[in-house]
Amino acid sequence: MPRFRKTLILMATAASLAPALGAAETRTYSLPEETATLRAGPGQETAQNNCAACHSVDYIERQPPKMGRAFWEGVVKKMITSYHAQIDEPDAAAIVDYLAATY
Amino acid sequence: MRYPGKRALIEQTVRPPQLETPFAVFDEGVLTPNDAFFVRYHLAGVPLGIDPEAFRLEVRGHVETPLSLSLEALKRDFEPIEIVAVNQCSGNSRGFVEPRVGGGQFGHGAMGNARWRGVALKTLLDKAGPKPGARSVAFNGLDSPVAPETPDFMKALDLGHAGDGEVMLAYAMNGEDLPWLNGFPLRLVVPGCYGTYWVKHLNDIEVLDSDFSGFWMSSAYRIPDNDCVCVTPGAPKGATRPIKRLNVRSFMTRPAEDAKVAAHVAFEVRGIAFDGGHGVEAVLISADNGASWAAARLGQDLGRYSFREWRTELSLRPGVHHLKSRAVNRVGQSQPLAPLWNHAGYMRNVVETVRIEAV
Repeated sequence: MPRFRKTLILMATAASLAPALGAAETRTYSLPEETATLRAGPGQETAQNNCAACHSVDYIERQPPKMGRAFWEGVVKKMITSYHAQIDEPDAAAIVDYLAATY
Repeated sequence: MRYPGKRALIEQTVRPPQLETPFAVFDEGVLTPNDAFFVRYHLAGVPLGIDPEAFRLEVRGHVETPLSLSLEALKRDFEPIEIVAVNQCSGNSRGFVEPRVGGGQFGHGAMGNARWRGVALKTLLDKAGPKPGARSVAFNGLDSPVAPETPDFMKALDLGHAGDGEVMLAYAMNGEDLPWLNGFPLRLVVPGCYGTYWVKHLNDIEVLDSDFSGFWMSSAYRIPDNDCVCVTPGAPKGATRPIKRLNVRSFMTRPAEDAKVAAHVAFEVRGIAFDGGHGVEAVLISADNGASWAAARLGQDLGRYSFREWRTELSLRPGVHHLKSRAVNRVGQSQPLAPLWNHAGYMRNVVETVRIEAV
């Protein structure tokens, strides 16, 4: 079952049970704010706009240094083909250039 | 506290959170404290609000009687079981792999050992009653991807493994509710297997009449399909299979790297060892960079899936010394003296070396 349908059902269940159960309490958790930023360089903004849509950019900083162009090509390709990141071709090329030159 | 319920840990990434346990914690005791236990998510849709009363675990699919169980029912209606087991990330120690590989650059702290309490999955499967032809069981949790096209994080076990009586759904860890970031309110515990199978915030179990083909089994978390789980660096990946059981490891937790000890005075050397469930038979210690080995004393046996403590004493001449530990399990498997390599940096278990100085 797709995730969003499950979530809807869970919410619907919670709503319908809430009056019967009385003080059903939702427990919450808060995650810290992101502070990591990308290194300066041509393509930084393109990388920020695309990569940070799905994850914090500390993922990039945390990779081993100077892995080279083929490595970053592989990473960007994986994001597009395996994780279905919606990155258009010119942006993907710019991001590879930026990552290969900057990290 | 930056992450509620967690002490200061090594922050790998923030969104989603990946937190590594500082290595010194493993010298505190054989059970890893909940507030120090490592955290690893794949997808940034971390659940941030859960109503424990409304929460339901579904057991459905190719079964006679689908179940929908509240936490209260899980705790009230089923005999609890407890097991002490190591949860280790597939990529623990990846940061030491040479040549370097991409992925989370963990030190040795993407592992932990806890006492898990919950319900055996076998009990629920027996109650639901898999129909003839049932083959595998798929697990999903409340965490979700940001983009709907991204494969949701799901894992699967074959039916026999899922119903072995040890695979369990844990609602407590070291005597407390599961920490939020370790899967509150319910997680899968697969003793002896890598953490990738230990689905957090578990709310959906589906019995299938086929093998599960999802991305996280069929494409991700694959290892070389050979005995050494290794390839020559730079060689093609070759045939692969899903990662599964932990290999044998041991760590010296004291003395620490670069420690100074008094020469010619006996001092304690201690640490932990574990494997994928055969149990640790022996831990051998070398104080001469591997030229000679002597057995350490094993500590209390908390079960074959737990860290096993070990300790011994050494007295050294002045100078720099390289101490090593090497565990052997009950079927004779051990640790390689030189590291093996694979593309993903999985299953590193080389004999570790601690450099110290006697002065």
